Amino acid sequence: MIAAEAQYRGWMLAGLAGDSAAYQRLLKALAGHLRAFFARRVGMEAAEDLVQETLIAIHAKRAIYTPSMPLTAWVYGIARYKLIDEYRREKRRASVPLDEAPDLFAHDEAESTAARRDVDKLLARLPEAKRALVRAIKIEGLSVAEAAAKTGMSEGAVKVAVHRALKSLSDDVGGDEN
Amino acid sequence: MKTDALIALLSEELLPARRGMVLGWLALGLIAGVALSTLAMMLWLGPRPDLAGAIKSSPFWMKFFYTMALAVLGLAIVARQARAGADCRQPVRALAAPVVALIVLAGIQLSDPKADSAKLLMGDTWTVCPWLIVLLALPVFAGLFLALRRLAPTRLTLAGAAAGLAAGASAATVYGFHCPEVAAPFILIWYSLGIAVCAAVGAVFGRWMLAW
Repeated sequence: MIAAEAQYRGWMLAGLAGDSAAYQRLLKALAGHLRAFFARRVGMEAAEDLVQETLIAIHAKRAIYTPSMPLTAWVYGIARYKLIDEYRREKRRASVPLDEAPDLFAHDEAESTAARRDVDKLLARLPEAKRALVRAIKIEGLSVAEAAAKTGMSEGAVKVAVHRALKSLSDDVGGDEN
Repeated sequence: MKTDALIALLSEELLPARRGMVLGWLALGLIAGVALSTLAMMLWLGPRPDLAGAIKSSPFWMKFFYTMALAVLGLAIVARQARAGADCRQPVRALAAPVVALIVLAGIQLSDPKADSAKLLMGDTWTVCPWLIVLLALPVFAGLFLALRRLAPTRLTLAGAAAGLAAGASAATVYGFHCPEVAAPFILIWYSLGIAVCAAVGAVFGRWMLAW
């Protein structure tokens, strides 16, 4: 079983019921996996187009998803279909394995574990309140309005705080490199 | 367009999705197709004159269950293929069961020393049987293909072959009410040939007619 299955499936079912925030979180997460998956096979440039095509296909066919099947397998089926389509356009004959859903979902997870560690290190430099905001908006994918409601700040204040936090982080990182 | 903008666009004003359409569309395609195919059999070929007596005999039902089992398994594969990425190895493997059962039965009938093997193998209608099955399969074929086009098959050749198999086997079941042949070797060869032609046509057409 793929680690993120329960989480993604939950978002998908919420999205099917009309919850756009959950659905957006799902599409963002899937976009990350898809980008890594396609980039390894067709290069960065073509990958972005395939990511978008796959997301559109997932959206167009979302009502066909049946909760009795793993969401990750369903997404892999569509990604595989789009990849074969791309190969055919390039007149390339290649076979894409049928049962490699873990492959689509593994790499990005491994990469993001490493990335998460770096992000944690960076975020630790921020004061507590700003750290929570940056985490909520930039990592967990909350909207500014949701983060504002959660912290009791105004939306404007949230935007300014996040902007300043990110600026100070990028200054820090730039400083490290010099 | 940037991917983030696309995601925002797709998830904006999201409406609850209508569920359960997979089986709905397939059922609609199947029922409409089988109805047309039955109508064609009744008006054009006509039911076998001794049908009332035949349905009391076991060979009639042997033939019925053979074609019916293939139709049900074909539909099971189609229903799975309609949902991107669904695993359909189970019904594909299960296809062996009715075929093996009929091979055994045909072997028993042919090994009878009193058997007229030419008659058991060729019957009286082997020249038309497979082709009539293919013709009767056309409406079911069209119904299932139209339904699949609205769904999300991702292995087009397999989905097309399964739709052809389901159409051919449903048509063979309908044809069984017209055709007086009930010998197991005859069914095994000529009915299966008609069904296999449908599956092969489906595999070829699936590649380009089911693309989305």
